[in-house]
Parts: sequence; structure tokens; C-alpha cells
Amino acid sequence: MKILVCISNVPDTTTKITFTNDNTEFNTAGVQYIVNPYDEIALSRAIELTEGGKGTVTVINVGEAANDPTVRKALAIGADDAVRVNAAPRDAYFVAKQIAEYAKDKDFDMILTGRESIDYNGNQVAAMVGEFLDIPSVSIIKKLDYDGSSATIEREIEGGKEVVTVSGKFVASCAEGVAEPKIPTMRGIMSARTKPLNVVEAVTIEEVTKVAKYETPAPRGSVKLVLADQVESLIGLLHSEAKVI
Amino acid sequence: MSVLVYVEQAEGKFKKSVFEAVSYARAIADQESTNLTAISIGDVAESELKELGKYGAAKVLNVSADQLKTFVNQAYASVIAAAAEKEGADIIVLSNSFSGKGLAPRIAVKLKAGLADGAVELPSTDGKFSIKKTAFSGKAFAITELTSTNKVIALNPNAFGVKENATEIAVENFAADIKQSDLGTVIKEIVRATDKVSLPDAELVVSAGRGLKAPENWGMIEELAGLLGAATACSKPVSDADWRPHSEHVGQTGISISPNLYIAIGISGAIQHLAGVSSSKVIVVINKDPEAPFFKVADYGIVGDAFEVVPKLIEALKAHKG
Repeated sequence: MKILVCISNVPDTTTKITFTNDNTEFNTAGVQYIVNPYDEIALSRAIELTEGGKGTVTVINVGEAANDPTVRKALAIGADDAVRVNAAPRDAYFVAKQIAEYAKDKDFDMILTGRESIDYNGNQVAAMVGEFLDIPSVSIIKKLDYDGSSATIEREIEGGKEVVTVSGKFVASCAEGVAEPKIPTMRGIMSARTKPLNVVEAVTIEEVTKVAKYETPAPRGSVKLVLADQVESLIGLLHSEAKVI
Repeated sequence: MSVLVYVEQAEGKFKKSVFEAVSYARAIADQESTNLTAISIGDVAESELKELGKYGAAKVLNVSADQLKTFVNQAYASVIAAAAEKEGADIIVLSNSFSGKGLAPRIAVKLKAGLADGAVELPSTDGKFSIKKTAFSGKAFAITELTSTNKVIALNPNAFGVKENATEIAVENFAADIKQSDLGTVIKEIVRATDKVSLPDAELVVSAGRGLKAPENWGMIEELAGLLGAATACSKPVSDADWRPHSEHVGQTGISISPNLYIAIGISGAIQHLAGVSSSKVIVVINKDPEAPFFKVADYGIVGDAFEVVPKLIEALKAHKG
């Protein structure tokens, strides 16, 4: 079994998000980068599925050399080898095309991603890779079982879940529930240094989106406090002032 | 050029988020001085299809092929792309629902289109077609320009609102060409909790955190939510401890929501939690710690013990509803 896991290099979840250059660029000063938390879930499930010599896990990242520590982290968690497509990740369309180009002749049984990256929140790459490769994709999955040729997958829907089966190659984007994120062991960290990290060049593709500017949410006014023994006045405020109930 | 809106059905019915997507698509069509067509896939009665006219759709293409009764994103994407081509539509709108998230990227690739997902406003009219969308898990917005000829927009639920715009609507059957290779995923089972409000598109949300101390204390949260007609949610530590299901976890690594009212009970307000809920229109915080960071972003607050405040709130709400 061969699994490809797509990983994104994202700011740590505690990062205060600010912008520079007239709000056109993300301010990377002092930012710690991590493997996108959802991608860690995908990677952890891939490792579980291939454990005990049942297969191999390759991780792929589209990014510049500065991403290598994040890629090594994925190797430390337990991936067997890694590929970095050497290009700035312009948008999901660009990233998905690079992953599809790499994967098209490599015979992966499945390609896993996280449900979204916590920076651009796209939910796009998995389904786009599926479309570029003309294979099925299932987005935002909560459970993944694989019997060697077909997968049984639970995906989230509004107010419930859907159980789907898919035979043959597929792509899926993983959410919480698919696996507990694995933490690198000391042995994993040591061996990650010598595992293969291949760098490949990007293919060209037309531009379809660009970020013109960023905005931060407007600050809220100060909080209006209601005394704990006058909760009925909160109901009054929500009804007649905020008009939400 | 024209606008095509995909109207997602669930068990033959359209939800509010669909009417919202139609309202939004109508507004885009007006901005661009063009037509709006809807496309529905699956078993939907004509009377339900005609409901779309209330929100500005002048035509709905009805696709009712047997193989497409349940959602298969690959085949649905092919049908929608084919309809876009036939209608000469260059702007495709859909709701950023769970299914929409699996569908929009495939449509975008088929049409070589830029995709703005998580859109919260109408596109700009300065000729650049830039759209405000959520980014950094609610900590920011990215004004994203769609530079391609074709464009796909997935609208966040509750971002635009439903706007009535009564229009005479024509229902047209649309014969879809279905490729066998597009039917690779097969649905075995659909489980829906029908007695609960679905969290992603809920207008009101009651959420609780570690301050509730134990899973058996959620009865009062459920009761409060039931009285309000609200969905229930929780913080990450609560779902991590399996007190509540992961599907209720809101925050940076859970789901992001933007209800009209978010009531946070016993949640301190860590930056990761705030990321997922900060676009809520009104935030109420109930916490016994007056220094809880959540109060800094709240509109209304009560400093007090949840176990005393929530039962009183339930009584006050019952009295209010008479």
C-alpha cells in the first residue's frame, strides 16, 4: 500500500495574525511554523494503515526551502520519505496541480490531506487533486478504513454523517476523529535527519486567484455586563437591543 | 455571461442556506446586469423548485437522473460544469456547506476557474471581482481577486442573509450526460439527527466549555439551546475529553461559525477558540472568572457561576416566551 500525505506549513495556532506592506502581506516576523494540525491527523492515519510493513507513507509539500523543518517534522512523526515541490504556494489551484503532477505516475493507493489549512482555510486541495487526476475525492472525513482495495469512509454532513465506500484510488481530506495525532519519538526525530527529502521543480499553470489585501476583524465595543442576579435583563437586551432573540 | 447557482437539496427540500445562496447569486447577477439560473440535482418536487423564484431565480434546471439521487461530488461537478457551459454561465455560486466544500474545487478545476470559498460579501464592482473571504481561521479576511474568466464562489452560511425578490420562475428538465467513472463513491448510509439544529448554519448557538466540569452537566445547556432553537457547541478540551462529539467543537481546529448569537458558557476564550467564533454577530459570555479573555471580545457578559446563572437564564427565557 502506498499513501501520499499532503502537508502544509502553517503558523502555529497561537500566532497573532498581523500584516505588513499596507496589509498586502502576512507578517512572518517571529512566527513559528508547524505542520498543519489537520494534515497531522491525515499523516497519523496513514502511518496507522501502513504499520507493520503493510506499506509506505510519502509526504509532499509545496513550498520553498524554508519549509524543510516542517517537512522533517512529518518525517519524524513517521513518514518514510518526503518530496518538496520547490515553489511558493500561490493558491490551492496551484498547489493541487503540483501534487497531481507529482502523483500521476506514482501509483499511490490513496492521497490524504487535512480538511483545510488553518491559514487560508481553503478546503480545496483534496477535491482539486481528485479532479486533476480524475479520481474520486471525499472531503471532510471523520473515519477511514481500508481493506487493501476499497475504503469505507464517514464524512461529515450538516447535522449528521454519511458513510460512503470507494474502490480504487481516491483522495480524502481528514478532520478530527480520523486518528489521534502522533507525537514524534526521539528515535523518530533522529531518523528523520537521514530519511530522503527529494526536491522537485514546479510545473507552470495559469493564475486563477490572487490575494489583493488582508483585513482584520473590526474590534468590538466594550462588553456590557449584566449582574448575575439580574439575568432576566440579559434576555431583555438580547431581545430589544441586539434583536437576536 | 450569466450566473449559475447550485441549489443543494437534502431529502427533497432546500434549506435556508440555499435560499441565501440564491439571494446572493441574484445580487451578483444584478451587479453584473445578467441572468440567474439555478441548478438542482436529485429528487425535488416542482413546488419546492418554484420556491427558488421567491429569491430571484428566473429559471431552474432540474436534474433528476437515477444515478444522481444521492450526492456524488465527481458526477455532480460534471453536471454543473456542463450546465454552466450550456447556459454560458461564467459565475458559479454555491453554499459553502460540507457537500459544497467537496464540490466547488472540482467545478473550479473543470472550468479552470478561481475559487473564492468562505465568501462573506458580494464581489467588488471595480472590475477586479475581488471577494472578501475568511482566512486564518477567523483571525482575518483575505480580499481575494478571481483573475480567471470563469469564477466559482462558495458562500459562507449566515454571511449574506436571505433576501426575497419575487421572480416568475421556469422549471426546465436538464438531461445530464453521466460518465460511469464519475460514480466512484457509493453512499451506504446517511445518519441525520433530525431533532437538533445543525451547527454550521445555525443562527443561534449555545456553547460550553470545561467550566461545566463534567459531561453529565450538559442537560441545562441542551435545555437552554432547545428553548432558543439554538445549536449546541463546545470548546476543544471538551471534545478532546470526549464529553461532547468532535462535530460540536468550534475553534481554530474545529469548525468556524458565524451565528447571529453565540453564548459561551464556562469557556475562557483562548485565541484558538476565538478564531472560530469571532465573526459571530453578538457574543454573550458567562464565566465566573472576571479576567477571562473572552470578556474582551464579548458584547454582553455575566460574571457568575454557570451552575447558578444558566438555570436562572432558562427560567427568565421561559417567562419571556410566556
